[in-house]
Amino acid sequence: MVASARIQDVGAQLWRVLEGVPDPEIPALSVVDLGIVRAVDASRVVITPTYTGCPATQVIERDIRNALDAAGFRDVAIETMLSPPWTTDWISAAGREKLKAYGIAPPTPAGQSAVECPQCGSMKTEELSRFGSTPCKAQWRCRDCLEPFDLFKCH
Amino acid sequence: MASLPPIDLPSGATGAGAFDAPADDAHRAVRFDYLLRLGDDSLILGQRLSEWCGHAPSVEVDLSLANFGLDLVGQATHFLGQAGAAEGQGRSGDKLAFHRDVLDFRNCLLVEQPNGDFAQTMARHLLFSTWQEMLFGHLIASTDEQIAAVAAKAVKEVAYHRELASEWVIRLGDGTDESRRRMIDGLDWMWRFVPELFEMDEVATRAADCGIGVDVGRFREDYDNRIRAVLAEATLEPPADQRPILGGRRGHHSEHLGHLLAVMQFLPRTYPDATW
Repeated sequence: MVASARIQDVGAQLWRVLEGVPDPEIPALSVVDLGIVRAVDASRVVITPTYTGCPATQVIERDIRNALDAAGFRDVAIETMLSPPWTTDWISAAGREKLKAYGIAPPTPAGQSAVECPQCGSMKTEELSRFGSTPCKAQWRCRDCLEPFDLFKCH
Repeated sequence: MASLPPIDLPSGATGAGAFDAPADDAHRAVRFDYLLRLGDDSLILGQRLSEWCGHAPSVEVDLSLANFGLDLVGQATHFLGQAGAAEGQGRSGDKLAFHRDVLDFRNCLLVEQPNGDFAQTMARHLLFSTWQEMLFGHLIASTDEQIAAVAAKAVKEVAYHRELASEWVIRLGDGTDESRRRMIDGLDWMWRFVPELFEMDEVATRAADCGIGVDVGRFREDYDNRIRAVLAEATLEPPADQRPILGGRRGHHSEHLGHLLAVMQFLPRTYPDATW
């Protein structure tokens, strides 16, 4: 019982450490908000890449390593799991709110094509380009406030 | 589409090198060869598309092509890394990418074709991404867990590539006289390399037989229909029947690949100890 409680405790501590690791390209989100942490136990942290060629993947692994080391978890390994593939559905509710506050429209649920402007809340928006500054984003524009914005692509 | 006999290696040439693999290594060898094909297709097209960086018709298109390249190089990183592990000779994905020469590359000829103008690049990308999306869709059911995992991940990305390429083929084909002429020329250049995508040679057949690969013939008709549908929307006729060119899967490449490799491999070959 004692050992089990301690393991749970370690797990909770690891989750807290991970909640403090920002995504390098969208620093408003932690790796936990982004939904790329698959599993955590006393000996390992399992993460998943967001996009096949996302250059942030290696940076994320390094940042998590540094955070774990700094918190004293030097023996906790980081493993990568590809399957099943990450999807934007795994971005947490808190993560979606943080994206919006940061000026990035969160991914639209499947079947919904209307996108809300993260600046003014208008639904009168249009796509400028399906590809943007990072693999996960598309460029959109608001036809009311006329501001361009990024949309986190549904994936 | 392919009624004329293809141009291929001289009869009797295998392109497979001078030594035989022991029978018990057969599965490993097939897996290595198959992963090389998947990885080389992605790597060469990714490198090709990166040539557009800073030169595309608009900044949005520039970003799109760079993103295509990034996705493709990401696929190559997975496939070639696994190929190196399957080979068991200590070669990493980087070693395979940067320290092989033209004759050892196993990509299809379509992906090494020059970018030409933007229409030619979009013609190539429509033909390739439509095929790759269907291939990956089938590879999700591969008996090889690693191939299946990469396919499941990448198929969603490739769907974006195919959509964007389709939109541009339609816009340029059904556009001005000049854009239409360029799109027709671009398709005309690339068309003869499509049959190679559906070639079932010994490696492809053995990979399909043991469940790691796919019999690409299963989706040939579906592929033709999809391409024809995009061309119809672009108010274009499919190009006239051309003599298909084969050989890329056995290392018999066009002169264009050597020039691409010269740029891509220059640094790691000149400074073999260079690190980031």
